[in-house]
Amino acid sequence: MSILDTESERLLAAVRDLLAQKGIASATEIADRIAVTDAANPGQGARMVAKAWVDPAYRARMLQDGTKAAEEVGIPMRGMPPLGVLEDTADQHNLVVCTLCSCYPRAVLGYPPFWYKSSAYRARAVRDPRGLLASEWKTVIPATVKLRVVDSTADYRWMVLPLRPAGTDGWTEAQLAGIVREGDMIGVTIPAVR
Amino acid sequence: MFGPGDDVLVKNDWPERRGPAHIRTPYYVRGVRGKVVRHLGDFPNPEDLAFGRPADARPLYHVAFDRHAIWQEPAGDDELLVEIFGHWLERP
Amino acid sequence: MDNESLRAHHDLGGASKFMCEPVDIEPHGLTDFDREVDAIRQILGAKQVVSVDELRRGIEAIPEAEYHRLSYYRRWIRSLTDNLLRKGVITEAELKAALEAK
Repeated sequence: MSILDTESERLLAAVRDLLAQKGIASATEIADRIAVTDAANPGQGARMVAKAWVDPAYRARMLQDGTKAAEEVGIPMRGMPPLGVLEDTADQHNLVVCTLCSCYPRAVLGYPPFWYKSSAYRARAVRDPRGLLASEWKTVIPATVKLRVVDSTADYRWMVLPLRPAGTDGWTEAQLAGIVREGDMIGVTIPAVR
Repeated sequence: MFGPGDDVLVKNDWPERRGPAHIRTPYYVRGVRGKVVRHLGDFPNPEDLAFGRPADARPLYHVAFDRHAIWQEPAGDDELLVEIFGHWLERP
Repeated sequence: MDNESLRAHHDLGGASKFMCEPVDIEPHGLTDFDREVDAIRQILGAKQVVSVDELRRGIEAIPEAEYHRLSYYRRWIRSLTDNLLRKGVITEAELKAALEAK
């Protein structure tokens, strides 16, 4: 039995102690990093989507350079992987997956959801996306709409700019951001007025 | 090396069968034809980074595949976009 | 497809054995364990002690049955430990001593 087969919690405790002893990662550094990581959340991406819905010039900038667009609304992106934004249209719906591990646009959406990291999602999203969306999320993409699945295999991280739903005329950016969910920016659900 | 609209073929190569390797080209596109959407930029080769070796910058492309070309199953005209490094692509 | 017989076990796109498996779409909160492992990975990456590419390689090296048995962040701590040992940041003797001290 390899030492790597040691139970995970014991490994973590031992590694934590050793990294602290060696001055590589102190308890304070770890706590600070947890706090910063916890602060990232899907509401950040929702703000970008809402702004793109009301401001066509911002939409264009967001599609051109997602990283700069995120920074424009105050999301820290320094040192983060480049962000690509996938535009949904009347003819095309985008879906994001990372089949090789679980690459996710963490800087704008926070920690990836449990399901995104699952073997079932990683396997099914590229081969049967319509069946997956319908069976698990009740999301039905009409046959007239092309479904484009984006597999995050390298340096980019991808988020979806979904379609603005009907029934939102005259809404403020804050109101619009309020209806954009995490799943909408991955492509498993579609924003709607609920 | 490649431009938007270029037809490309992903190399039917399996380095991980020959020894320890870290490959970011999914198995399902190897040997499959696609079309370059755009050049995403140049990035250090992850195949070397994964082993702590010096890694030179390589061009990364977004390549579109017809899902039917990968899995011979009814698929409509849905497509798959995959980030693939230039050294995995050749002209058909 | 023929390629499937050649796929590495982490290379899951379209893998037949998972095509009928349901996806648990419930929101599962992160545990303290998860958060701490995530934070340590980020610190090790920022300080160039273990890169995200090295982390991935370590995860992919986990034997297949164990890979599927371990949850996401358990794969990470196993890979981080593997990398720290391989790179001589910690020694096996130090690790054993640290484990015994708990």
